[in-house]
Amino acid sequence: MVFLTRRATFSASHFYWIEAWSKEKNEQVFGRCSNRNGHGHNYTLEVTVAGEPDTVTGYVIDLKWLKDAIEREVLASFDHRHLNLDVADFAPGKAVPTTENIAIAAWKRLEPAVNARGGAQLHRVRVYETPELFAEYRGGK
Amino acid sequence: MSDGVGKAYFGRRYLMSASHRLNAAERTAIENREIYGQCNNPNGHGHNYFVEVLVGGEVDRETGMVINLTTLDKAVQARVLDRFDHVNLNCDPLFQKQVPTTENLCRAIFELLKDSLPAGKLEHVRVEETENNFFECFGESKNQPANEARV
Repeated sequence: MVFLTRRATFSASHFYWIEAWSKEKNEQVFGRCSNRNGHGHNYTLEVTVAGEPDTVTGYVIDLKWLKDAIEREVLASFDHRHLNLDVADFAPGKAVPTTENIAIAAWKRLEPAVNARGGAQLHRVRVYETPELFAEYRGGK
Repeated sequence: MSDGVGKAYFGRRYLMSASHRLNAAERTAIENREIYGQCNNPNGHGHNYFVEVLVGGEVDRETGMVINLTTLDKAVQARVLDRFDHVNLNCDPLFQKQVPTTENLCRAIFELLKDSLPAGKLEHVRVEETENNFFECFGESKNQPANEARV
């Protein structure tokens, strides 16, 4: 088994807020991230697929295909958007756009495309919000 | 989104600066010089260490979090950074009977943190001594290949 990772970046804004909570509780739990006017990050997305290298091409997966899939499934929706306001995955009451939930959303968007292609399997999605903070999802494992 | 998605991971990187000298008390001065080379310099030397902490757990259905980063920060600050940042590692009680290699530092940090996290489970500690070398500890869980934790 060989693991292959493709990195991509996107820029987006967000805020953390739970409607059912008071302003005070939102501020207590989410701190500065609860500012309703939002704030932004340059995110780095790392997508790792796992598989055996093809005996002829030596590829685990065609990197150009993976790059295009990341752009189509994730970046086209997330890049230069407000995650709370522009992306259905994070509509109010659905999911707070934490780094954890962004990693899960990216996985859910990418997994059907990778699976439909056959061969390599999606192994891990890691999302860096800043160089010092990241979340990852391995399909719940 | 957070319903029934299983486990996810939250990682955070911390910077700390410390000095150390690698010298095994059981070995002669010549042997120590051979084993540790420049790291055996009698007056020690220092590094900017990056400590990467990975916490695994269920994503809270409401908050969307594995662990709140401020609570993780407080735990790491209290257990690790207050202890090791801007100190001479050789002076710490932990390194009186073991050499403060970054392997031993990494394991020490894992042990100090594993029972003090307010949520989630400590999966992995990685300590980068320079940008060209790093050390990883997965605790008692079965060792994973490096590409399981970081590719």
